[in-house]
Amino acid sequence: MIQLVWLVPVLPLAGFLINGLFRNSLSKGMTSIVGCGVLLASFILSLLIFGEVRQENFQAVTVTLFDFISVDKLHIPFAFQVDQLSILFLLIITGVGFLIHLYSTAYMHEEEAPHFARYFAYLNLFVFSMLLLVLGANFVILFIGWEGVGLCSYLLIGYWFKNIDYGNAAKKAFIMNRIGDLGFLIAIFWMINQFGSVNFSEVFTAAPGTSTAVLTGITLLLFVGATGKSAQIPLYTWLPDAMAGPTPVSALIHAATMVTAGIYMIARSNILYSLAPLTQNVVAIIGLATALLAATIALKQNDIKKVLAYSTVSQLGYMFLGLGVGAYTGAVFHVMTHAFFKALLFLGAGSVIHAMGGEQDIRKMGGLKKYIRTTHWTFLIGCIAIAGIPPFSGFFSKDEILAGAFAKSPVYYVVGVFTALLTAFYMFRLYATTFLGNFRGTHDQEHHLHESPSAMTIPLIVLALLAAVAGFLGVPEAFAKNSHWLGHFLEPIFARGAVEHAAEGGVSQEWMLMGISVVVALIGVIAAWTRFSKKPDLAEPSGFGKVLANKWYVDELYNAIIVRPLYAISKFLNNVIEKWVIDWLVNGVGRLVQYGSRQLRLLQSGQVGGYVLLMVIGILALFLVELFVKK
Amino acid sequence: MPINYYIFLSLALFCIGVAGVLTRRNAIIIFMCVELMLNAVNLLLVAFSKMHLHALGTGNPQAGIDGQLFVFFIMVVAAAEVSVGLAIIVMMYRNTHSIDVNFLNRLKH
Amino acid sequence: MIPVLLIAIPLIGGLAGFFIKNDKSARSWSLLISLAALVISLWGLSVGAKSPLLHADAEWLPGLGSRFTVGLDGMGQILCLLTAIAFPVIFIATWRDEYRKAWNFYALMLLSQAGLMGVFLAMDALLFYFFWELALIPVYFLCSQWGGERRIQATFKFFIYTFVGSLLMLVGIIWLYSHTPDHSFSLKSFYGLRSIVGGADQVWMFWLFFIAFAIKMPIWPLHTWQPDTYEQSPTATTMVLSGIMVKMGLFGMIRWLAPVLPLGTWAWGDTASGLCITGMIYASLVAIKQDDLKRLVAYSSIAHIGLMALAIFATTATGMQGVMIQMFNHGINIIGMWIVVDLIERQMGTRKISELGGLAQKAPALAILLVIVALANVALPLTNAFVGEFLLFSGVYSSKVTQYNVVFTVVAGLSIILSAIYTLNMIQKVFFGNTNALTEKAKDIKFNEKVVLAAIVVLIVVIGVYPKPVLNLTKETVDMILTKMDYKKI
Repeated sequence: MIQLVWLVPVLPLAGFLINGLFRNSLSKGMTSIVGCGVLLASFILSLLIFGEVRQENFQAVTVTLFDFISVDKLHIPFAFQVDQLSILFLLIITGVGFLIHLYSTAYMHEEEAPHFARYFAYLNLFVFSMLLLVLGANFVILFIGWEGVGLCSYLLIGYWFKNIDYGNAAKKAFIMNRIGDLGFLIAIFWMINQFGSVNFSEVFTAAPGTSTAVLTGITLLLFVGATGKSAQIPLYTWLPDAMAGPTPVSALIHAATMVTAGIYMIARSNILYSLAPLTQNVVAIIGLATALLAATIALKQNDIKKVLAYSTVSQLGYMFLGLGVGAYTGAVFHVMTHAFFKALLFLGAGSVIHAMGGEQDIRKMGGLKKYIRTTHWTFLIGCIAIAGIPPFSGFFSKDEILAGAFAKSPVYYVVGVFTALLTAFYMFRLYATTFLGNFRGTHDQEHHLHESPSAMTIPLIVLALLAAVAGFLGVPEAFAKNSHWLGHFLEPIFARGAVEHAAEGGVSQEWMLMGISVVVALIGVIAAWTRFSKKPDLAEPSGFGKVLANKWYVDELYNAIIVRPLYAISKFLNNVIEKWVIDWLVNGVGRLVQYGSRQLRLLQSGQVGGYVLLMVIGILALFLVELFVKK
Repeated sequence: MPINYYIFLSLALFCIGVAGVLTRRNAIIIFMCVELMLNAVNLLLVAFSKMHLHALGTGNPQAGIDGQLFVFFIMVVAAAEVSVGLAIIVMMYRNTHSIDVNFLNRLKH
Repeated sequence: MIPVLLIAIPLIGGLAGFFIKNDKSARSWSLLISLAALVISLWGLSVGAKSPLLHADAEWLPGLGSRFTVGLDGMGQILCLLTAIAFPVIFIATWRDEYRKAWNFYALMLLSQAGLMGVFLAMDALLFYFFWELALIPVYFLCSQWGGERRIQATFKFFIYTFVGSLLMLVGIIWLYSHTPDHSFSLKSFYGLRSIVGGADQVWMFWLFFIAFAIKMPIWPLHTWQPDTYEQSPTATTMVLSGIMVKMGLFGMIRWLAPVLPLGTWAWGDTASGLCITGMIYASLVAIKQDDLKRLVAYSSIAHIGLMALAIFATTATGMQGVMIQMFNHGINIIGMWIVVDLIERQMGTRKISELGGLAQKAPALAILLVIVALANVALPLTNAFVGEFLLFSGVYSSKVTQYNVVFTVVAGLSIILSAIYTLNMIQKVFFGNTNALTEKAKDIKFNEKVVLAAIVVLIVVIGVYPKPVLNLTKETVDMILTKMDYKKI
């Protein structure tokens, strides 16, 4: 079965080709069947493979399809690696992906058939690239998927291509990702130079014998790539803008899967990271800073999707904190639970937007609880899960990361907990403003309010269930011995890299940490609930709130120090250097020749006397040369 | 007599000729000056041929003969040139009523 | 046998083309001839590297020590294949373009194909020079007769520029010839010179050749002829110029410069690399501000070519293989870009990006095909250019002949980001957004154009996914060149 793993990405690819090539002739129903069917097939296949992988003593299997690049001593096979980490991601991608595809069939139903097919083609292509990313057995295949998902993200953000703003958001996403990708690429070249290979197995085997400086360099560069893809400081600003895409896309790409690629990549190379402590600190600090910064911005956003977007950035920051402190299992655990609850929240938001007829501003919502019940309940579950209230999934994964942070440094822990407080607060601000209180929209909108069709609510319910119970896959040791199934499952991957922190402080400390985080989360929830359920925050923000509402003016800053200077330089080069320096020089040579010929022409005066004079001067000059110079 | 005297004399004659050609505009005078230059050369040739005769001695019948031969050639050519040149000047005078050479710059245009 | 046919078919076909005197039949005739050349080229690929059919040798100018020696090695194969593919593609794609006295146009195109083939096949320096000029002269007429408004000015610049380069090269060739022990122009004798010509001489000889090739590629700051010429030439000629002719410069460096003068190449490698990188960044930045599609593609081409030249000076097997495959890829991709530009210009009557917009609504097939070609232009994985650029960068990074390899890679790498900026800007402004009065009437592309573009897309993807056959083709040439370039073994 494992040898058939290539079918898992190839099926979505086939879906892409069918939907893409026959988009003009397929009906919407057929498109949906093809689009969702390939995903379902991939999911089932992944489940079957998972059945083999979960057996005890499973060894990672590499499936080589063909030689991709083979030059000189460099051999890059097109190979897939199946192990615990990749199969876990495989399940998340195909499973959540399938639900979101299903949801999309209803959500995008108003599109015309060719565009509907185009949408599903892009989605399928995305899943294909994402699967390449997690299945690749070397950094180059990983990179292929890495850029592939970036492309699909670009295409899907700009899906409604008539709107220039959406196009700009798409472009921004692609370019910021490219900045990160450059770091990734250079890391790959460095690896080729250092290890002579890009295969995971060979690189990781050779890593322990390599100098720390080299490893620090490589890992930092890889992390640059991760900051682009996973929206971390300083390259995070594209993700909130990426909400221009259709909401299911935001759920799939910008919450559940693609943005976690950076976490996957670092978790995959945990052996390198564990050998480079400096990088680990950088990763932790950047992660923490991003988590905090994004959480503060989320406090003051009024677009339902923007709140979720900043929340995603913040949660990704958590995951990087986990990676940075060596809690790899916690980070991957959080990837999984986050995929469930954030996909749920986004899809719920999509359902809200659908009900509101396209309205995204939460100030114009309110009291939706009684109109769209399923959406409301599932959304609430998502909020509880992300806030970190037991026994919902977010609690377990976040707690594991925080425990790891505490073991590394209490400062990390304190900032992490504070961010958790903010998270609970802004999520319930969002919840209360949207679902509680009175409806504040127009009369037409109120009339239009309705629950979404079952193709949309079923994924919501499934994801809500998952968001509620997935946490039990990783119950802390404090509750019961050997209850951390995920940790056990991933042990072969992280065994060499991860440092077990949880055991250090003993059980009582763990209980205390858990207690603190639960109390903090509850404070956040209650504060937001009481404050916003009756009297939502509708006023224009002022003072510090304005800074937050304007995202700390980071976009403006980037515009001022990077974008505008770049265009100015470009303009300067084009208008001044190119035209007035280089071309002037080139044309100057021509002008010089012309000028010279004009001047020389004057000698041809037609006066015989002039010629004779010149002749005499010439002869005299020859004499003089002969007499004086030669001697 | 030392050869230097001849050389200086012919040099002076030649320079007078050159100066004349350069500065005068009258075609006939230019013509005279050209003759002057030719004769300066003739003088020099004769002088050198005499010098060679002395140097090589009378035993050699061929000594110095080349230079004097050239002088005859130059005189013949000069005579031919004068006849053609004067004819041109006459024709020129007939056409333009002038023998000013600066008048003849029509090739320039 | 095969090399002779590759040159003779377009040469004779072109000369015959002058006498057809009928637009339509001249067009069909030239397509036929170019397809015949393609068949021969494929035959050349199929006979195997050891076949005696791949070489030909005849007396040419015995008094001068120059022979008509032609041969197909791996690099020749790949470039002849590119030439052979490019011409039919160009003819089909520009099938609907109208030319005054079209028979002359097509005949000249075929003559330039003959010249190009000759350049890639010649194994004799004088012959190389001969074909080098033969390729240039028809292009001069093509631009000056069928070009845009400012064609005279542009072609004059183009001609003077490239001719100065050619003359410098001729001086170099003659100087080297005079130093060969057997007074011969043959490639073999030239390769023997590496140990005969001293370091100081190699240095100035290097510049003679380098400037000639740098003008052709072009490398900053010798590039200003290019945007003007591309802008003013008829698109079919622009395709030849940018798709194939710029490869003459790279080819020349690989075959006639680097292995012949390894010391000079090594001594000035860093300086030349610096020029290449400056050009890459400079051209990418300038491309951002271009409003004319043709100029945009021209500058983007300068950036890409700069990277290839950079990899030649890196002197690594990876980089050199990258150059080989990328020469082919760049040709294919840029011809694809030109086809799209031509389609837009023919339909809309303008190439100004600012005047276009929203074409994706009206011409979805064109938009999709262009996006794929453009993505290949920014070297997205699973397109052919990714393989090329990956190898190129990797080669530059692992270079042992320079101590600045990391700096070179990082700075050159910035062009990856910049290329995304200008390419996406262009896609967005031309294809996305709302239609305006001009683009409202646009129609989607016709069948022949679809076929050609689809063929290009297939090539892009196939080579991007499975580049091995192409890489294997040039392996031996690369090894040979690198052995010759090894300045330590002199």
